[in-house]
Amino acid sequence: MTKRTVALLGGTAISLFGAAANAQELNALVWCDHTDDALIQPFEEEFGVTVNVREYEGTGAALALLEQSRPGDWDVLVIDGIDVFRAAESGLLAPLPDDQLPTADFFPEIVMAENNTLDGVTYAVTEKFGYNTISYNSEKVDAADMQDLSTVWSEKYAGRISIYDYYLPVMGLAALAEGVATADIDAGSLDTIGPVLSQMRSSAASVAGVVAAQTALATGEVDIVVGGGEWLTAVLAEEQPELTWTIPDQGAVRWTQSIGVLADSEQPDLALEFVKYIVSPEGQARLATSACFWGMPANSAAGEILTDDQKSVLRWDDQTDYLTRTQLYPAPDADLDIEMQDLWLDTLSQ
Amino acid sequence: MNAGTGTKLGWGFVAPALLWTLAFFIVPFLVMGAMSFATLEGRSLVWGLHLDNYIELATRAYLWRAILVSLEITVTVTIVSVVLAYPLAAIIAFRVPPQWQRLALLLAILPFWTSYVVRSYAWLLVLAREGLINQALMNVGLIVEPITLANTRFATVTGFVHFFVMLLTLTIYANLVQLSPNYRRAAADLGANAVQTFRHVILPLTLPGIATGAFLTFVLCIGDYVTPQVLGGNNELTMPQVIMVQLGRRADFPLASALAIVMMAIVTLAYLASARWLRLDRV
Repeated sequence: MTKRTVALLGGTAISLFGAAANAQELNALVWCDHTDDALIQPFEEEFGVTVNVREYEGTGAALALLEQSRPGDWDVLVIDGIDVFRAAESGLLAPLPDDQLPTADFFPEIVMAENNTLDGVTYAVTEKFGYNTISYNSEKVDAADMQDLSTVWSEKYAGRISIYDYYLPVMGLAALAEGVATADIDAGSLDTIGPVLSQMRSSAASVAGVVAAQTALATGEVDIVVGGGEWLTAVLAEEQPELTWTIPDQGAVRWTQSIGVLADSEQPDLALEFVKYIVSPEGQARLATSACFWGMPANSAAGEILTDDQKSVLRWDDQTDYLTRTQLYPAPDADLDIEMQDLWLDTLSQ
Repeated sequence: MNAGTGTKLGWGFVAPALLWTLAFFIVPFLVMGAMSFATLEGRSLVWGLHLDNYIELATRAYLWRAILVSLEITVTVTIVSVVLAYPLAAIIAFRVPPQWQRLALLLAILPFWTSYVVRSYAWLLVLAREGLINQALMNVGLIVEPITLANTRFATVTGFVHFFVMLLTLTIYANLVQLSPNYRRAAADLGANAVQTFRHVILPLTLPGIATGAFLTFVLCIGDYVTPQVLGGNNELTMPQVIMVQLGRRADFPLASALAIVMMAIVTLAYLASARWLRLDRV
């Protein structure tokens, strides 16, 4: 056997090994809570695969990334619950078999079939939820004041507020403060929301993303985060129990995230197994307490696995009340989205 | 070697750089230019020669404010950085013994070794109400209550200046060490004092170095997203922040591209200004 033949055989073997290795990899486009090893490793060990997770922020960024990728590059997508229809309409998501999803165990308000299905076909399943509401430092502000949204951003707390930097939930809260249901927000109601946003903005010390808002609250730079919630303070609960959150009398906004299989996935069965793992009680408990941010699991059966302390931080026993008093955050169509974004940018530049 | 071979060899040497520039600058720039004339219909991208994005740019007040804020911050940072970096570079070039100059430069650029984002968050902690500066000022009795430093333009400018002083120090130092000591000796022989020597000899001769550093500062500062977001508390919208909002949820690449083209136009104007007045070509 010549050296050249050996080299060719060696090269072929490496290629085949590489292909086999690739077949054992699952690529998921996710939010940061899915990057926790404690969540991913049990699935990898059970199926003998490697899960490659790529974090993104903003549905637009994810859709752009998928557009620029080759078909088959991605297997699983985690997406904002209100944006499932955008991905489904674009043909990006594969149908999911309803009979293999444990939605019967889900909190009923969180199944959200109207969001996760298109023309009667299920394209995604809700995996986690929580609230964009009011986070605050209970040692620095009067808890009773936090029950009224108009007091939260009143002169009394001017300069002590940070606003979460995402226009949909914050505008949802502004709408609730004026008695407008989030589902009823239209171009006309922006005239009502605008002055509330201006008031909020004039009282705010900053408009911050997740890390900056968390830092500001933890370091005492601000005492209140408008748009915050358990996802902001739960990971700090042990060290700074004074950082807490509430749902005001006017209600708050509910966020959800869904998970689906990409239509171009070359390993749809494995991708489906991953989805099933994530919505299983074990996967849900790990996702709920992910190192990046905590949030309520969609599957109520996760309650049997979470510890009492974890459930206490998540306020498990209050969920029935919270789900009744909160509304899904606004899901605007393209035209209304532009108007809302313009209003938001106009407010930020004031 | 004949002329033909030399020419081919020359092209061979520059070809990789040309191909790189073509692939990673010219082509993306043309795509971005074309994208800026496309439009979104609903959520679908429609290519064409639409002026919608530029019309929107001209009519949205917040976009004009963002341009103005970006320019104000950038010009402030550039001026402050030059004023701070020049003496530092001069001290390293003229006062530090040659054998210690490398170490001095190394120390000057040490902050470059840490992550830009981490450095921004570190500044946030230093400038916080309960941060290092407020604590120090209260301890020495200069203030009674913490003052607001974080989430302000001051914080943004501070974060930028910390970064760009290092960059400018390098470019100005490189210019200063090239100056022959004979210039200063000649000025002294002619009766010029230190101030006159600096003003009429050293400064004019180091303007190309200042221009290079200032231009780089301008370009990097006006396009930066992290510092205004983290240290400025998003309290003032800058152009990169407006661009990010277009992309984050709606994926409005056409409008984002139009905004990027406007930013490139501003940078081009800055280049033309510095090249014309400060002889950037001499560097």
